[in-house]
Amino acid sequence: MTNANIDANRIVYREVVEAGDPWMHEVKAGQRFRIVDLEGNQAVDTLFYNAHDHSERYSATDTIREQGNIYLTKGSVLQSNLLNPMLTIVDDTCGRHDTIGGACSAESNTVRYAIEKRHMHSCRDSFLTALGQCECNADKPMTKGDLSSNINFFMNVPVSPDGHLDFDDGISAPGRYVEMEAHMDTLILVSNCPQLNNPCNGYNPTPVEMIIWK
Amino acid sequence: MTENTANLSQKTTRPGGFIWQEHLPGGAHWSGIIRRGTVLRLTDIEGNANVSMLMNNIEVKNERYNMPDTLKAQKTAFLTKPNMCFTDMGRVICSIIEDTCGWHDTIGGLSHAKSVQQKYGDKSYQTAHNDYFKNGYDSLLNELEKWGLNASDIMPNINWFSKVRVEDDGSMTYVPNNSSAGNYVDLRFEMDAIVCLSTVQHPLDPAPEYNPKPIELTVFKADVIKKDDACRLHRAENERAYYNTKIYYGENPNDEC
Ligand SMILES: [Zn+2]
Repeated sequence: MTNANIDANRIVYREVVEAGDPWMHEVKAGQRFRIVDLEGNQAVDTLFYNAHDHSERYSATDTIREQGNIYLTKGSVLQSNLLNPMLTIVDDTCGRHDTIGGACSAESNTVRYAIEKRHMHSCRDSFLTALGQCECNADKPMTKGDLSSNINFFMNVPVSPDGHLDFDDGISAPGRYVEMEAHMDTLILVSNCPQLNNPCNGYNPTPVEMIIWK
Repeated sequence: MTENTANLSQKTTRPGGFIWQEHLPGGAHWSGIIRRGTVLRLTDIEGNANVSMLMNNIEVKNERYNMPDTLKAQKTAFLTKPNMCFTDMGRVICSIIEDTCGWHDTIGGLSHAKSVQQKYGDKSYQTAHNDYFKNGYDSLLNELEKWGLNASDIMPNINWFSKVRVEDDGSMTYVPNNSSAGNYVDLRFEMDAIVCLSTVQHPLDPAPEYNPKPIELTVFKADVIKKDDACRLHRAENERAYYNTKIYYGENPNDEC
């Protein structure tokens, strides 16, 4: 259903990432990468790195400034910190993705919700778990210092002209997806957000599917 | 030097002891340690300045100013009094205790060598000596490296005195003339911090001329932080981040000091 228009012979990788899990994988230049929001309302916190030089990475501020808009959708070019195009969003059945809301963490949970919520599962802990476990990170280890501001696919963080920022219920739905084409060999680092304290995933984290094809 | 000091004494008066002052020309970069318990005042001398800033904890250097955590906790897309600037570790690096400007950008990012070249053309050291064109990214990287930091520490930064408005459709508008001569913002540091600055123009500034403006740095001793401090009281999130900061330094958050 969700991959109805992808030729099965062209799929090089596909995997369901369960609710709350981290995931890391490489997409080659020219390949396409799709994230499917299987059950709807999920937030997928994502970072991108140049697979050959991790010091080049997705830059939130450069991306929104260069396109002149804080929301990501079809046509958005994800810029690196060196102002190189990393991926372009080529299809989007959700319509809006956030790039200024960042990732939840144990520490920000203490600030945003309550001191004792430190021990709940969080995206930055998931990022660090993935960095610690992935063989792709063996030769040039990445650390917490490599975690910059991420994209939140399927998440809605509206800003008003008077500068008010809020978290809204997601605008995604079961089966909606976002699809990108890579301009460089790119390492993808994902936390399928486990946050239970705000409406970014409807207080109910659910699985997503990752599909890479050529 | 003496001229600066003489000029400045009037507009920099505030309760608490004066510690030091320094003038930064437009297009400059600077870094230094600002200690907790002191107030860093940034003054826009001529109007329309832009001061790009990054902040790192001096002890645990990969703890740094975090734009999303700062904005989310305070439900704002820009900075002014009584916002606090949060780190990625749930603590406060500095609090905005005074602000005569009213809007400071933290989503516009930095200019790059290629964007400066596209907008303003080429002016190298060979042709212009110290009037060569600087850019925000290289300027801040240069300062970060002096403290053992590197390109991975170039995070979404603050652009003091600049305003970027976001329309309902998400489009970003640079608002010119946001700051006039004499405007200042007072940052009370809650953490011993490495502060890196660049006074290059904002990357969205549409002015066709490369004409970055000078600023002034002044450091004062901070007043005692009371329980009714406006920044602490601003939101429950702020008080919890303040709590995290105090216990990081081994101090009781309820003590006023
Ligand atoms: Zn999360």
